[in-house]
Amino acid sequence: MTTPSTSEIVARCKALYEDLNFTTAREWKAAEAGRKVIGFMPIYIPREIIHAAGMLPLGILGGGDNLEVIHGDAYYQSYICRIPRSTIELGISGRLDFVDGMLFPSICDVIRNLSGMWKTLFPEVYSKYFDVPQTYRDEIGGTFYIGEMTAFMHDLEELSGRKITADDLRHSIDVYNKNRRLVRDLYALRAQKPWQAPASEAYLVIRAGMVLPVEEHSELLEHYIAAAGAEDRPIKDNCRVIVTGMFCEQPPLNLIKSLELSGCYVVDDDFMLVSRWLIGDVPLEGDPIHNLAQAFLHHSESTAAKYEPDREEKGQFLVRAVRRTGAEGVIFASPSFCDPALLDRPMQQNVLAAADIPYIAFKYAENSGQMQPIREQAGTFVDSIKLWSAA
Amino acid sequence: MKPQTIKAQPKDAIKDASMLKQKEMMAKHYDRLSDARENGEKVASTFVPGNLNELLMCFDLVNNLPEVNAIQSGLRKQSGAYIMEAERAGHSEDVCTYVKSDIGMMAKGNIGPNGRKLPDPDVLMLSYTGCFTFMKWFELLREQYKCETIFFQTPYMADGKITPNMIQYMVRQLKEEVIPKLEKVSGVKFDLDRLREYLGKSAKAEDDLVYILKSAKHKPSPIDAYFGGIYYIGPIFGAFRGTDDAVEYYRFLRKEVDQRIAAGLGPVTPDGPMGEEKYRLVVEGPPNYTHFRQFWKMFHDEGATVVASSYTKVGGTYDYGFRHDPARPLESLAEYCLGVYTNRSLPMRIDMLVDHMDEYQADGLVINSIKSCNSFSAGQLLIMREVEKRTGKPAVFIETDLVDPRYFSAANVKNRLESYFQMIEQKRSGASRGAAA
Repeated sequence: MTTPSTSEIVARCKALYEDLNFTTAREWKAAEAGRKVIGFMPIYIPREIIHAAGMLPLGILGGGDNLEVIHGDAYYQSYICRIPRSTIELGISGRLDFVDGMLFPSICDVIRNLSGMWKTLFPEVYSKYFDVPQTYRDEIGGTFYIGEMTAFMHDLEELSGRKITADDLRHSIDVYNKNRRLVRDLYALRAQKPWQAPASEAYLVIRAGMVLPVEEHSELLEHYIAAAGAEDRPIKDNCRVIVTGMFCEQPPLNLIKSLELSGCYVVDDDFMLVSRWLIGDVPLEGDPIHNLAQAFLHHSESTAAKYEPDREEKGQFLVRAVRRTGAEGVIFASPSFCDPALLDRPMQQNVLAAADIPYIAFKYAENSGQMQPIREQAGTFVDSIKLWSAA
Repeated sequence: MKPQTIKAQPKDAIKDASMLKQKEMMAKHYDRLSDARENGEKVASTFVPGNLNELLMCFDLVNNLPEVNAIQSGLRKQSGAYIMEAERAGHSEDVCTYVKSDIGMMAKGNIGPNGRKLPDPDVLMLSYTGCFTFMKWFELLREQYKCETIFFQTPYMADGKITPNMIQYMVRQLKEEVIPKLEKVSGVKFDLDRLREYLGKSAKAEDDLVYILKSAKHKPSPIDAYFGGIYYIGPIFGAFRGTDDAVEYYRFLRKEVDQRIAAGLGPVTPDGPMGEEKYRLVVEGPPNYTHFRQFWKMFHDEGATVVASSYTKVGGTYDYGFRHDPARPLESLAEYCLGVYTNRSLPMRIDMLVDHMDEYQADGLVINSIKSCNSFSAGQLLIMREVEKRTGKPAVFIETDLVDPRYFSAANVKNRLESYFQMIEQKRSGASRGAAA
């Protein structure tokens, strides 16, 4: 069997990205009687528990710019972000009719309220608001989180009619550890040689993990890393930037491409944080739920939707990301009306200013079509970095 | 010579005795805040939903509520300038205007509604209930004040019930984080009996508040449970829960309401006693504060009284049975925070509004959707559909903002309300024709 080329892998991932009927997940479910699919929204849920229940975790990241929202807009005022309305559209239009459950992680008031809307609109479907602690002491937030994960596990046991054992969970943690390692490898490759693994490709490859079984996605990552690393691609005189604020409503693919066209190498981002929320491997020894809780409390990413208990630490994750990846600037790209991203932005900007790191900010929506202003802003940002940092 | 322009002066708002008493209490509290440094008192900033006033009092801390400051700025027509100040400093036009009003007020010298400077807080008591913005708000204030910030998380009541895991989590936070840190900041040792005593007083005032809210079942209703309700909830949602002042205020208010019931009178509006009660309404969502009086007038001019509102439950859902309980002090504080309106799931909110429509024999539902409050607003269009479907009564959807005057379009709101009242009339005549046939 020949290893697929970069372009073949990217073409497959793009087809998965554009498929708003989730055909692959439907086929997975249909392949064996009794299989179940659990949808989840950003930012993070412990997919290991769903996997251990023999189910497929399916990332629902809104409808993007290819979905015509007809019903969804009737449920939301103009001043609410796009992702809940396109998600409602996916539900009402029957595109999620094969999904056996929906999870709404604790991230903001809009996604939180969407959990209740889902219960009202689709009462026959299992749906859960997945609460997480914002306090990180083991005996306080840790105990609460273990309680929440255990309750979730029991729900899935009831749904599947089968018990989830500790060994099932350990196996699933192992499978996801591998997937996270590969995702980190891809990010490392992109940070080191962004011309080899451009952000627009890396995005699609990671995004494929939202719909594919994790084992298949890990294989795809291995192939892409190998193929992209080996390919001879020209180095451009681009500026290395980090984009942040895109942890929930996803940018249109064209926005990422536009950043690249305007002279940016995106060397880090917060797209689909679920795939690397946990930093490092989750241990396999001992109580698996306890280990997942420990990883969440003490070894997880920082983002605007998370409380930072230490004032001195606020926003430092961005400074560290800049140092780690050799970025020359940060682009704050937030979805319009995104409370966590937009409320956090001034604090993060202050931290960057104190560290003498250049930044710009703009807003987008998942269905933004006009990229010219973004190209101009990003292009000007890149030019200014090139001009002034050389001086 | 240039002709002289004489501007019409608005008449002073007419207030009943309890409103004047409430105003006096608030003024005294703001003076206490302004004098805190001089009097050696320490100040805790905190929020209305999830306000742990009894606990703060155990540490002799004076409670300062940034939301209430923003409301006061809105009522005094100062919030617009504050919001723009915050936006100039880089805060997005898309986010909560309470936050921006507060940040702008800080930038402009932090002058309170009494015209005097408010003190910097000694502690930020981040009791986080029903709204994620609170978390970011106090992170922003922490950056400014660089003081101790105590975080207290309330899980969301997504499945319509309080679980033991939620209570244990909250009690642990209180015991192991909140109380030790408050002791450290204040230098006062925690006394559980003192907390019990305050909680007992809270329960007394809560009994009377519930009596007052439920008095709206009378026809005509002796209270307006939204516009008037904002006066009524002020002391108990703010700095007075657990005090003798609150007990006395609610007893006083109850007597006033009883007198109106006995006389068959409706509520007192800023333009005088309410005329004939033509429409009985339930309102969902916070009010607009920058044009509060004008907004209320659009209702009382048409003979519309609000008989129940969800906004009067953002600081506690006492009419659903909850009382602070001295026998279970910490658990009771946890249950209080869990039960506030915006911490309840959307299906619970729908049930509550449907119950109110029935219990208070309302003619319809008004949703005032607030541009900058996602906690309330996201999902309100579905709430409207469900309540209409389940009650068969008409609803109207209007859009304003809390304290941003740019989002109050008087003509639009008035037009919608006028059409809505006509719709209620049509429903009524349809129903009576149906009954006659």
